Amino acid sequence: MLDQAWQLSPAVALRPEPFGALAYHFGNRRLTFLRRPELVRVVTALAECDDVRSALLEAGVPEPQWAAYAAALDSLAQADMIRPREGAA
Amino acid sequence: MTTLQNREAAPARPLGGTLIEQFELGLDAPICLTWELTYACNLECAHCLSSSGRRDPRELSTEQCEAVIDELQRMQVFYVNIGGGEPTIRPDFWHLLEYAVNHQVGVKFSTNGVRLDAERAAFLASPACNGYVDVQISLDGATAEVNDYVRGPGSYDTALRALANLQDAGFKDAKISVVCTRQNIGQLDEFKALADRFGATLRLTRLRPSGRGADVWDELHPLPHQQRELYDWLMAHGENVLTGDSFFHLAAFGESLPGLNLCGAGRVVCLIDPIGDVYACPFAIHDNFLAGNLLDEGGFQRVWQTSALFTELRSPQTGGACSSCQFFDSCRGGCMAAKFFTGLPLDGPDPECVQGYGEQALAGPREIPAASQDHSKANPTRNQPVMLTLSRRPDELSLPAAPPVSACAENPLAGFDPASLDTLPGGCGCSAGGTGKACC
Amino acid sequence: MNTQIDPIDGADEQITADMLIEEVSIDGMCGVY
Repeated sequence: MLDQAWQLSPAVALRPEPFGALAYHFGNRRLTFLRRPELVRVVTALAECDDVRSALLEAGVPEPQWAAYAAALDSLAQADMIRPREGAA
Repeated sequence: MTTLQNREAAPARPLGGTLIEQFELGLDAPICLTWELTYACNLECAHCLSSSGRRDPRELSTEQCEAVIDELQRMQVFYVNIGGGEPTIRPDFWHLLEYAVNHQVGVKFSTNGVRLDAERAAFLASPACNGYVDVQISLDGATAEVNDYVRGPGSYDTALRALANLQDAGFKDAKISVVCTRQNIGQLDEFKALADRFGATLRLTRLRPSGRGADVWDELHPLPHQQRELYDWLMAHGENVLTGDSFFHLAAFGESLPGLNLCGAGRVVCLIDPIGDVYACPFAIHDNFLAGNLLDEGGFQRVWQTSALFTELRSPQTGGACSSCQFFDSCRGGCMAAKFFTGLPLDGPDPECVQGYGEQALAGPREIPAASQDHSKANPTRNQPVMLTLSRRPDELSLPAAPPVSACAENPLAGFDPASLDTLPGGCGCSAGGTGKACC
Repeated sequence: MNTQIDPIDGADEQITADMLIEEVSIDGMCGVY
């Protein structure tokens, strides 16, 4: 996960909230609540970053928390909220 | 990704906490909402929550509807449930559907199926709708006998024909939405079988005493043992069954059913009605729950974000009389609309409280609120359900009702019973009865 | 002594995935028919 390039799925709308963000997938109609602004920053940064690791660094997530964030990203991937990117920049 | 403008007037919101706690404080935009496009309807269902039948002449124009969709897009409302009345009766319905899809607003529309012929079904299944459109067919009986009693003769056939057309066209996963009543709770397995047969998903929802539902609630609402039956069935078979979170009052039986178990009214959802009025929820169409009108300056966003009603609903609610009950945390005091339309105080038990406190409250003194409005048809048509023809008022359960007042009756007070001032009469179904106005 | 915990600097804060995301059903909020 950490070395892979990801992006928000095209069918997903990300809506900022005071407490984080709501992510809604128009295709499968799943709705996910991103509970931390840091996670929202990570998800937003994914498309521009070469890999998840860089996105975590950019969002300022401390390294001891990376495993939890990776697990969260994994859940998002399972729901097709995020997708692997072909050929990272 | 759009950012929403800051509201200087918004009170500071504590961060963190559970999702429920955050939602109870309200959001800057609804997550989803119900939009009743028209009060016109080809049917006259006995329990219609919006008392539909006749088009209101102040209905929003096509352009005004497009402007609403534009605003919902800006606010990133994820999806709208378009209903009515019967939304497909509006000539511009299919245009507005496409308009919403093309403006990133997902649509589920609720229909009795009357206009879903093979051609329309093919359109819905086509790439033009791109998976952004969901269809929800209303059905309140697994057999024509049970269904048509409340929805009118032929309505069962219409619904099933629509489901078949959708299935034949390759439309995936339509919804069958059922209002659970005393008469259909014994048919839960059959409803599931129907859904399976048409490749659809079953949705079971709660009957609220709203709109015309107020008149038939005493006869139709599930009995206490039936609520238990429903709860047990949902726990055992409800994995692929939707409920719209409408049974959160049953959480007091034990384990909560899936869903937020939260009254979303004015906090994460609301209703837009055919004339642009914004209500807390579709089950609360009454002046007391009217937040404003989106045609006023500031549009829908202003109403959603700053109306006095919604601000009040988003403030921490005390449980009132319910807060000392050990189940309050799970049931949250039940449904605001159910309490209001049965004349119970909002800070007391739900009329269907599973601990029985609602029954106690119903037996006590209460005043059922007069309806704020009624869009029912002036004169019954051949679609009128048998239930309305035979309707009896709760205080006359042992007496047969008088036959409907003839449309030719010359006396403007024909059918008027002074005792009916607090409730809508069943008689001719028009809005004049009980108000002293001429029968239109 | 600053008793406020800044989430970004709180590297010793125990974070689990379910503190980060929660899935809800779009059908799971009451008030839509």
